[in-house]
Amino acid sequence: MRLGRITADLKIVVRSYLRNPVALFFSLIFPIILIGLFGLIFSATGNSAVPLTVLNLDHNSPVSVQYLAELNNTTFVKVQVVNWNASGFASQLGRNGDPVGLVIPSGFEASYLAHRPVNVTVYTNLADAASSGEVLGAVQGVSSFFNLHASNGSAIIGITQQHVGSQVYTYIDYLIPGLIGFSILTSPMFSMVDIAASYRKEGIFRELSLTPLTRSEWLTSHILWYVALTFVTAGIMIGAGVELFGAHVTISLGLVPFLIAGPLLFVSLGMLAGSVAKTPESAALIGNIITFPMMFLSGTFFQVSLFPPALQSFAHILPLYYVIDGMDQVMLFANTTRALFDVLGVFAAAIVVFLLAVRFFKWRDE
Amino acid sequence: MATAIEVQNLSKEYGPLRAVDGISFRVRVGEVFAFLGPNGAGKTTTVEILEGLRRATGGSVSVLGLDPWSDAYRLHLRIGVIPQDFRFFEKITPREAVQYYGSLFHTKPDPDELLSRVQLSDKASSRFDTLSGGQKQKLGLALALTNDPETCFLDEPTTGLDPTARRAIWRVIRTLKSEGRTVFLTTHYLEEAEVLADQVAIIHHGRIIAAGTPNEIITAHGRPGRLRFQAPPALAEYLRARLGLTVVSMDSRVDVELREKTDALRVLSAVEASGLPWQNFTTVQDTLEDVFVRLVGEMDDGALKSEADG
Repeated sequence: MRLGRITADLKIVVRSYLRNPVALFFSLIFPIILIGLFGLIFSATGNSAVPLTVLNLDHNSPVSVQYLAELNNTTFVKVQVVNWNASGFASQLGRNGDPVGLVIPSGFEASYLAHRPVNVTVYTNLADAASSGEVLGAVQGVSSFFNLHASNGSAIIGITQQHVGSQVYTYIDYLIPGLIGFSILTSPMFSMVDIAASYRKEGIFRELSLTPLTRSEWLTSHILWYVALTFVTAGIMIGAGVELFGAHVTISLGLVPFLIAGPLLFVSLGMLAGSVAKTPESAALIGNIITFPMMFLSGTFFQVSLFPPALQSFAHILPLYYVIDGMDQVMLFANTTRALFDVLGVFAAAIVVFLLAVRFFKWRDE
Repeated sequence: MATAIEVQNLSKEYGPLRAVDGISFRVRVGEVFAFLGPNGAGKTTTVEILEGLRRATGGSVSVLGLDPWSDAYRLHLRIGVIPQDFRFFEKITPREAVQYYGSLFHTKPDPDELLSRVQLSDKASSRFDTLSGGQKQKLGLALALTNDPETCFLDEPTTGLDPTARRAIWRVIRTLKSEGRTVFLTTHYLEEAEVLADQVAIIHHGRIIAAGTPNEIITAHGRPGRLRFQAPPALAEYLRARLGLTVVSMDSRVDVELREKTDALRVLSAVEASGLPWQNFTTVQDTLEDVFVRLVGEMDDGALKSEADG
């Protein structure tokens, strides 16, 4: 291998890339769109309270009004009082598409002050178990508080909320390593599969074979470029996540090995897939068969721990899983041991695939 | 004269198809060798074997004393190749391409000088995907020269080019020869071979059917020279009766075949003696193209006939 030839080829790769608007869009703009899109979708569901439609048949008595105010204070529900007919309340909820409803019966205040049992009615929707669960929890909590207060009791068991890891993590925090992994996978895989097949068809490999450039030098220059591109993309994603959605991630040198090993692995894998295919069409097919399962099942968009056990086992054989898991350990959990285990695995796989790609990727025909 | 390329009994098979069938030839250092043949004759397969891009099935090949397949790396440092329909990275300019090849070969070509040699200076900063077919071929030629090659392989370098672009490439080929380089040229333009080549070989169905200088091939395989003039059919009758030569008359054109040099004088005397009107006297000689068309046509007719007989 000669550095001069690698540098010369790298210049050609960079110029070709920077002069291609589609490639630039996918490496510089698309990551911001991805972060923005997923950030908006998931930060919205995380923060919003469930709307709770309430029919107060106790004619806005002070106790019922206070009860509803306490429900609002939980922040899990947002009370909306209506004046519907009591007999048609359930069907009206259905017609309006409201997920949950609450009816405070007539005489609620009188019963409460007289320490007589009284029931509020919660209407839940089986199709929206999450909202129903939140409302039931809030109603039970507030009712217990009122019961305790009525009997002049005080709470004995309290709750202190703590979050997994050393600090509070939101979906966006998990999303950033996932989407960096997504980009480490897709950007080189799709390009290299296409390059391997189209350069062969157009005779460009034939041209290069007539020069002193070797296959491993050619592959190395592409790996170097995708490593550089990965650093830029990761920077954009982290910047966008932090600036737009207030993500909390740790940026440390521990991230660097993943941003090198990942492109090394997937540039080689893309080249290998493109080399074993006979035509550009079959190359694209092989590329997609490899890329798509990894894209969704390696923890890019959803945590692998949320998958059914069989899918979790499958995820554990996908190399991208170790790239993303490693970055999670570095950026979120500061777990160096596990990150080291992940990065060594990725490097080992990358070297094997690189050697296979050099072996199967041919400049010339027999 | 030293030998640049030596081919002995070369064959190449693709499954049951025998693309090259036991051909032999020799190219001397400093000459332009034209390898002619119709499409599918085996030209490109042969030239790719010589360039080290394909492995031969049988026979031996030596280019600049090297085995092209096993010594490809060393060979490529000493040869320049322009393939048919040259393709390159679409977003790269000719100047950048020459710099790139210069870095790969570790030579320091002056891009402007090299591009001006192939008359591509005005497009030095245009991207490859905006160049015309002729301009792309010229860039291919420039890149083939970045390593100052001893032998150049040009595979149908002017196919699809307009006459001006074709002549520009011819000028470069003449310059290469004048610099002492060996040029191996495949083409199906017979005029190109006749104008440029010192030696010619014609390949058809994987076999060489004629070889030598253009003149030697014309002499060996062409028809004898002819005298041609505009005259009435009566003159053809008159000459046929008196000279004992083959006389062909068509419309108002008369062709008399010459067996010996002195026949020309006998014909002219007889024409004058006939008292019949005549004009536009010319001599007609077979060109390489006439010979090529006849040789290839005869082989194909023979093949068709034996197929029909079989």
